[in-house]
Amino acid sequence: MRHSSLGGGAMTRLVRMEGIDKVFPGVKALDAVDFDLLAGEVHALMGENGAGKSTLMKCLSGVYQPDGGRILIDGKPVSLPTPRSAQDQGIGIIHQELALMRDLTVAQNIWIGREPRKSFGRLDEAKLNADAAAIFDGMNVKMDPRTPVSSLTIARQQMVEIAKALSYRSRVLIMDEPTAALNDTEIAELFAIIRRLRSEGVGIIYISHKMDEIRQISDRVTVMRDGTYVDTVAAADTPIERIIAMMVGREIQHSDIAIPDLSGAETALEVIDVSRGAELKNISFDLKQGEILGFAGLMGAGRTELARAIFGAEPIDRGEIRVHGKPVRIASPSDAVRKGIGYLSEDRKQFGLALGLDVRANIGLPSMGRHSDRMGRINEGKLSEVARSYIDMLRIRTPHDAQEVRLLSGGNQQKVVIAKWLLRDCDILIFDEPTRGIDVGAKAEIYRLLADLAKRGKAIIVISSELPEVLRVSHRIAVMCEGRLTGILPGGARQEEIVALATKREGKTAA
Amino acid sequence: MTAVDTTTAPRPSRRGTAHQKLLAFASLIALVIGFSLASPNFFQVSNIMAILQATSVNGVLAIGATLIIITGGIDLSIGTLMTFCAVMTGVVLTWLGAPLIFGVVAAIGTGALSGLVSGTFVAKMKIPPFIATLGMMLILKGLSLVVTGTRPIYFNDTPGFDLISRGSLIGWVLPGFPVPNGVLILFLVAGFAAWILSRTVLGRYTFALGSNEEAVRLSGVNADAWKMAIYALSGAIVGIGGLLIASRLNSAQPALGLGYELEAIAAVVIGGTSLAGGRGTILGTLIGALIMAVLTNGLRVLSVAPEWQTVVTGGIIIVAVYADQLRRGKT
Ligand SMILES: Nc1ncnc2c1ncn2[C@@H]1O[C@H](COP(=O)(O)OP(=O)(O)OP(=O)(O)O)[C@@H](O)[C@H]1O
Ligand SMILES: [Mg+2]
Repeated sequence: MRHSSLGGGAMTRLVRMEGIDKVFPGVKALDAVDFDLLAGEVHALMGENGAGKSTLMKCLSGVYQPDGGRILIDGKPVSLPTPRSAQDQGIGIIHQELALMRDLTVAQNIWIGREPRKSFGRLDEAKLNADAAAIFDGMNVKMDPRTPVSSLTIARQQMVEIAKALSYRSRVLIMDEPTAALNDTEIAELFAIIRRLRSEGVGIIYISHKMDEIRQISDRVTVMRDGTYVDTVAAADTPIERIIAMMVGREIQHSDIAIPDLSGAETALEVIDVSRGAELKNISFDLKQGEILGFAGLMGAGRTELARAIFGAEPIDRGEIRVHGKPVRIASPSDAVRKGIGYLSEDRKQFGLALGLDVRANIGLPSMGRHSDRMGRINEGKLSEVARSYIDMLRIRTPHDAQEVRLLSGGNQQKVVIAKWLLRDCDILIFDEPTRGIDVGAKAEIYRLLADLAKRGKAIIVISSELPEVLRVSHRIAVMCEGRLTGILPGGARQEEIVALATKREGKTAA
Repeated sequence: MTAVDTTTAPRPSRRGTAHQKLLAFASLIALVIGFSLASPNFFQVSNIMAILQATSVNGVLAIGATLIIITGGIDLSIGTLMTFCAVMTGVVLTWLGAPLIFGVVAAIGTGALSGLVSGTFVAKMKIPPFIATLGMMLILKGLSLVVTGTRPIYFNDTPGFDLISRGSLIGWVLPGFPVPNGVLILFLVAGFAAWILSRTVLGRYTFALGSNEEAVRLSGVNADAWKMAIYALSGAIVGIGGLLIASRLNSAQPALGLGYELEAIAAVVIGGTSLAGGRGTILGTLIGALIMAVLTNGLRVLSVAPEWQTVVTGGIIIVAVYADQLRRGKT
């Protein structure tokens, strides 16, 4: 008799996807893709924007129906016609685009569809809240389950999504870019949760564009390119460079930051003593033409608030803003755009895109004036031409420029936002998390683009939660903490200096 | 391991509907005080009862509308559905001579069925609610005329039918309080709807659908079925409205109905329910319906011409919603 090594500890295959096809009008999103998942492993799924990662996972979670191929769970072929049927098979998913009900509370969101009930369809609100609180305790996250989701920041909303996925007690947990909006502490917490689930035998599919995370957390890596399966490798003995090469199928040039001499340059933007409530406290800095000023800080440090204040999206209580030396009052975003200030929001879905419009219209939105005649008639030909040039330049993966933006992959939507502001040709550009959800290849292109824009005399602010990114692009680095500007460092500063400033609380000196 | 401390993250102040209700309630009180000072005839028991009686039909319809509006939809068929329900009650009671209770069942059943049909158009056939219910509005209007041959049906042969709305159960128990049954029914319906919204799964999905329908679907909820259930419930409530109006007029008037849906929607909006969906309360809707009734009654007591009453009502809607916008706008 064979000695069973297949007992408890051994890895059993939970999921097997074979030859999955998925066709959308004009796009073959998946072409005979294979994938498998073992119990107790973290399996990273990698690929450029639009490679088909989210689509493959939507097939596995009952959102999309594959046009070909089959899905086996525990070795048995299954059909997953609805999200519910996938849940019943023990498959949970955190979608790339947050899927929360803003007007409901945290706990109500987590238990939607599975509310604890009393008789007559009555809800057991007390149990609902208590159960949600227990999940957050397990995650080691402070969260009041009664808070309405609409009042949470994106990072906090992401935490709710994670809690919701955990609540299913799934055997298969899919995480589609869960860390895109999280800071380092939160990511560490998430990884602790992932490791614990893995040790309990849960199979985890992990999608991310952050290369260092793949190294830290994953056991195996499957790479996709252009809707096809490339290879599956062990994470431990495959160099990151090789994974990237498989993803992009070409070389990526790394350009080191060259800090230009800006002593003679004109000052484009001066912010003097700007304050608002508890969010912004006496902020002063200036920005020269041709300069890239990075803003580092923890989530909630006030960087986005500052950007929105400069852009006129939020009022300021005190202080002055000068553009090219002239004091200005910026009453609204349209005012800001007229004065040559552009802002790329961190929340592209809410503020950055008209999801129902096509790519061309979105790119042209802030600059319709230049693509229409005096009667207000839009010159579609001209607009289409420039839109296509930006599609090429940023490698936006779309079948044509008349595709609705909501049908693009997450990363490609982000590129459309960037294209839109590039076309508007503002003097002062504020990029808030410009590479969120963007693949390595496109990231390198965006960094190069930022450098080019600076060379052409644009004044640029880049807000990023990823320190390596701030270091990579900035000529100077401003650091914020709790609404204050705690310091401005020269480009190429050491990471520790930035972290010290980012955690420098009021009244205390940095350790 | 340290807990993630994100409490420093800025958190916009909680903008509940509590403020809005307060605002609406304050306006109601202000209107009542204003009219009382302007005319001694306003604040009389008989006049207050008249106002409440006048609120009952519009209030019930507005409660039905509130449910749909919270899902992010709209229902334009409310007014003509009310009439069609009254007509079906007439068919059952007067033409078939069935006992009173069957008339009640006919009204509510017809309403629920029609709501289910609207719900199917919206949820299953993905017709936008505005269009689907616009179609239903005309279909029901036509059906009422067809069924009755454009002639009213009277309830003279059904003794006690008019008591459904005009009798006073409360006045019978407590002689000092001659609250008409129509008003009692309004408050019972309001209590029931408020309970559904705040305590039951159906209510939870009503808000959830209005908040983010795609998210509801992705959570594995059978969104279409629940939406149809909400439309059916709303229709049943409108059926009660049909019963009330038939009882008040002691007849089913097939030509009546058009315009009632807009009054109902106005009450909902004045009560602070968001047309964008996801937010709203029954209490707010009740106050909204009361404001409209007080206004109409007060202007009449002050002998303002009816033409002007309409103009003022329109103005009030704009002011109410603008006040809400102002409050929301400032953070
Ligand atoms: N519903 C849809 N209709 C049409 N095209 C779609 C639809 N969903 C996805 N696509 C297309 O399918 C391709 C794969 O998209 P998918 O979202 O799976 O990419 P991804 O690998 O997740 O990319 P990212 O890293 O940017 O999130 C893209 O070209 C996208 O435009
Ligand atoms: Mg994706």
